Amino acid sequence: MMITRSPRHDMMMIGVFALVVLTMPIWLAPFGAAYPDLLQKFVIFGIMAVGYNILFGLTGYLSFGHAAFLGVGSYSAVWMFKLFTMNVIPAVIIGTLMAGVFAVVIGYVCLRRSGIYFSILTLALAQMCYNLAYSVLTPITNGETGLQIRPTDPRIIDAMFLEPTERVPTTTLFGIDMTGYGGFYFCAVALIITFFISVRIFRSPFGLKLRAIKSNQNRLNYTGINTRPYLLIAFVISGMYAGLAGSLLAVTDPLAGAERMQWTASGEIVLMTILGGAGTLFGPILGAWIIKYFENIFSAFNDGRLHEIFSFLPDTLESIAVGISAQFVGEGWHLTLGLMFMLIVIFLPGGLIEGFNRIVARLRPGQARRRAPAVEEKEAS
Amino acid sequence: MDAFVLQVLNGLDKGGAYALIALGLTLVFGTLGVVNFAHGALFMLGAFCAVTFNLLLNLSERVEDPNITAFTAYIDQPYLETWLGDFGTQLMDYSVPLSILFTIPVMLAIGLAMERGLIRFFYKRSHAEQILVTFGLAIVLQEIIKSFFGANPIPVSAPDTFVGTAAIGSLIGLGEGVAYPYWRLIYLAFSIVVIAAVFSFLRFTTYGMVVRAGMADRETVGLLGINIQRRFTVVFGLAAIVAGLAGALYTPILPPDYHMGMDFLVLSFVVVVVGGMGSLGGAVAAGFLLGILQSFASMNEVKDLFPGIDQIIIYLVAVVVLLLRPRGLMGRKGVMET
Amino acid sequence: MSLFKKEISRRSALKGASAFAGSAIAAPLVFSKGAWAQEFLNDPGDSPTVTLGFNVPQTGAYADEGADELRAYELAVKHINGEGDGGMINTMTPTSLGGNGLLGKRVEYVTGDTQTSADEARSSARRMIERDGVIMFSGGSSSSVAIAQQSLAQDMGVIFMNGLTHSNDTTGKDRRRYGFRHFFNAYMSGLALGPVLADQIGTERRAYHLTADYTWGWTQEESIVNTTEGLGWETVETVRTPLGAGDFSQYITPVLNSGADVLVLNHYGRDMVNSLTQAVQFGLRDREANGQNFEVVVPLYSRLMAQGAGENIAGILGTTNWHWTLSDPGSQAFVASFGQEYGFPPSQAAHTCYCQALLYANAVEMAGTFYPPEVIRALEDFEFDGMGNGPTLYRGGDHQCFKDVLVVQGNPDPTSQFDLLQVVQEVPREQVTYPVDFFEGELGPYEVS
Repeated sequence: MMITRSPRHDMMMIGVFALVVLTMPIWLAPFGAAYPDLLQKFVIFGIMAVGYNILFGLTGYLSFGHAAFLGVGSYSAVWMFKLFTMNVIPAVIIGTLMAGVFAVVIGYVCLRRSGIYFSILTLALAQMCYNLAYSVLTPITNGETGLQIRPTDPRIIDAMFLEPTERVPTTTLFGIDMTGYGGFYFCAVALIITFFISVRIFRSPFGLKLRAIKSNQNRLNYTGINTRPYLLIAFVISGMYAGLAGSLLAVTDPLAGAERMQWTASGEIVLMTILGGAGTLFGPILGAWIIKYFENIFSAFNDGRLHEIFSFLPDTLESIAVGISAQFVGEGWHLTLGLMFMLIVIFLPGGLIEGFNRIVARLRPGQARRRAPAVEEKEAS
Repeated sequence: MDAFVLQVLNGLDKGGAYALIALGLTLVFGTLGVVNFAHGALFMLGAFCAVTFNLLLNLSERVEDPNITAFTAYIDQPYLETWLGDFGTQLMDYSVPLSILFTIPVMLAIGLAMERGLIRFFYKRSHAEQILVTFGLAIVLQEIIKSFFGANPIPVSAPDTFVGTAAIGSLIGLGEGVAYPYWRLIYLAFSIVVIAAVFSFLRFTTYGMVVRAGMADRETVGLLGINIQRRFTVVFGLAAIVAGLAGALYTPILPPDYHMGMDFLVLSFVVVVVGGMGSLGGAVAAGFLLGILQSFASMNEVKDLFPGIDQIIIYLVAVVVLLLRPRGLMGRKGVMET
Repeated sequence: MSLFKKEISRRSALKGASAFAGSAIAAPLVFSKGAWAQEFLNDPGDSPTVTLGFNVPQTGAYADEGADELRAYELAVKHINGEGDGGMINTMTPTSLGGNGLLGKRVEYVTGDTQTSADEARSSARRMIERDGVIMFSGGSSSSVAIAQQSLAQDMGVIFMNGLTHSNDTTGKDRRRYGFRHFFNAYMSGLALGPVLADQIGTERRAYHLTADYTWGWTQEESIVNTTEGLGWETVETVRTPLGAGDFSQYITPVLNSGADVLVLNHYGRDMVNSLTQAVQFGLRDREANGQNFEVVVPLYSRLMAQGAGENIAGILGTTNWHWTLSDPGSQAFVASFGQEYGFPPSQAAHTCYCQALLYANAVEMAGTFYPPEVIRALEDFEFDGMGNGPTLYRGGDHQCFKDVLVVQGNPDPTSQFDLLQVVQEVPREQVTYPVDFFEGELGPYEVS
């Protein structure tokens, strides 16, 4: 079943992936999505999904608490900006490490159980983080308003080298502004590196063990392998991915709020992963892109825009078309999202990647069996 | 002492709602093996059954206010009142208790439709997929409700007779301080009755016995030539009714809005897990227990000692129970115990 | 895929890129007023249209309020473009608006969903700024969301006109040069409510506060405690309740035997609907304590909340920014054109958003340019009348509007389905004005980029 892919094939795949990510500002333009904020969100939540996939896709452990790591990463990063320097490097490193520390603690506790119990444990711990961050921990998190950067912050390192200004400083990478396209390319590089790491993990003996846990943990235990250390490592790695994503959110937009730790935020990550295809390499990233696209583009449609789109129709038909489609965009975009989940889970349990593979298999009968993505992705899941 | 008794009552009252919701959830899990994230939406639909019924009773002729010209401002003159006089007013007043009659068939239909139309295709699928598809369904249901009723909460009032508080303090010799709203007492009594009814249905009827047998060993029951599948469908309908009734009678306590199901969803899962997955008694016990603990954690004396404890108590209990006794309070040994 | 506006996205992408690249070398040329040629983000330039962004909650608990805000914005755009009956443009004094768009350009708009979340709101706002090229954005319904957008506005150099936000912090600790608030705040609620409370329910009172456990709740609790203690009231207890608690019974029963005779509910939206409904259910309003009738006070009211709480609001005192029954010509004109357009009266959220859009438009006309620092200077210390609430000052020092505040109470005997609140008193502006340095905060610079 498990075929070792040649390293050359993997490098080629990563090369293509890097090209696709770095050219996003060009090929997303026709879709109305080529602006810095959404591009940044695409790559950051791509990282998040890649990390989540290492845990859920490989081991099958369904965590409902990953948003907590995202939040921890953001808060740590903003505190680094406030206390030391607006340079993003320390913030990203500390954000990732702090999330790692949290993941060790939470993972150690939660991995004592499996299945739905594990899910509920992660959910409960993450909700505790969220509720406390929102209220009693306000001195650290600035509660509902969110942690912001102020002109009066100490910024010890910056204060030594730079003239103080009246304005709120922006995040930089040695002088390059990180809030616009610069931030996108910074995050894109991070996504490519983390994707590379994830491919290595998928192909490694360690990855194989994780998959063995998913298929039959008992058998593994009977053969004398203690699975918990492997699970914990996978949990911590995916927690650190989430922390990295969180700190990158703070890099591109230096404000950290408690709501990114809520269980619905964790749920969104689960949805992204399953929507694209859990356990496949590209699936979760694809899922993240689609959900973020919906959230940002569909929610912005209003009646005026709809009338524009359907203006080629005769008047009566136009108003009918607008009336119907208005239920699904703008304030109704949640409905579209819900329907999409249902349809995909019902008809494409392997996520969009499976749908893609089916199409490929149909177009290339016989051939698809031996080579091409179909086999690769199946074997990966 | 008074404060203590009142908090126990609060806890029991909350617990009644938690237990009713968790009961259906755990029943569905125990029989069908399905993790139903749309169960909160069933609770919400039940509440909107009461709202709809209330609206139906209140269908009105509009008497326009002549002073306002920019838009139509009117007072409602309900037809029932015009046609039936005082009896009509009485009917409208009792809309919430009467809505039980409306809620049961509607929720049964919704439950059966859900099971036949969607859930049955997911018996053999993974829990993650069940969660995702039912979560999607919950979003869809809630958006549909929102497009009909808006996002604002809708006030529904209890019958006038039950407005106000019962001086139960003087009844049990505790002094004037202990007074509790009639409607909340009714809700508590109602939840106990429903729980008892579900239990006796499963315990004392042959039908229920077969269902329980199916929960324990589905294959053998199937081999005996019993169509266990059909019984499980009915069980899903039953779970929907229980959740719906819990929602319908809750409306005077919590003005319903489209999002109320989601708010109860996480909580009801915690209740189920604390009680033990698939354990009916456990769900009920855990519901009341968590309700009472939540009430006590909210007392000022406790909050002064542990700031923020009322925000996390539920989750804290879940974590502790799962770590110390993973099968939950009353889960059977060996079932879902890892 | 020509489904989406190709030109706009490409143009603004380029613009964003050039703004990024040119941020260091942008050397603004200095001209005298009226001949501005500064470079600034999203300069409409020679384009025949100008775009505004309306970022309101379309999903979540405040979706109805958001929908009402959006209606108000659409109406405002119509009026600015010279369509419809003109609404408050006819009553506003002084006004530079002529119903011919903004500086001769036709106004267009884009919308977005804040989801009542700071993150999503900023995302949505950045889409408007980076892709759609908006010159101003506006919206509201929650203070944290407003504050988050306001600081974004300052960072990007695009003006943000706050919609409904009531926290002191918006124009206090977190005030920004690029953010403006027409709505009143918690402190003004306290100042307005105090004397009316003394008048209506006395000065010998013991108050118990239930407060939503987040920043807005805290500022409101602090403001109300300060004013009422100034009246001679005693504060028995202040209890924090988790946001979205649903059932508040465990917080309400301790009130019964606490010796308090007033319950102050520092809740908003769904929390307020629930806590008030349940407080009434626990018979608080039928009680007597310390020889007086027990009273419930809700410092911030809205009509939508009153709708949700139903008959429980009868007689309960609170404050509101504006109410559609006001009889001044400005309010009447607005109610008339809103009512004609949509068939029901506007909420206070709609009113504040409508005013904000017109005020921005007027400031652009006064400044004669879209260049934000000049528009800001035109708005600062602008004194106007005819938009409801009497003569109003947009104070330059903290960007807070000062105007009459309404003390209202739930109407026990409504004559129509919209007649839920009745105005008890219009508290004059002088009484709710506080010194500019009362809250500490820095507006920040005019020039960014």
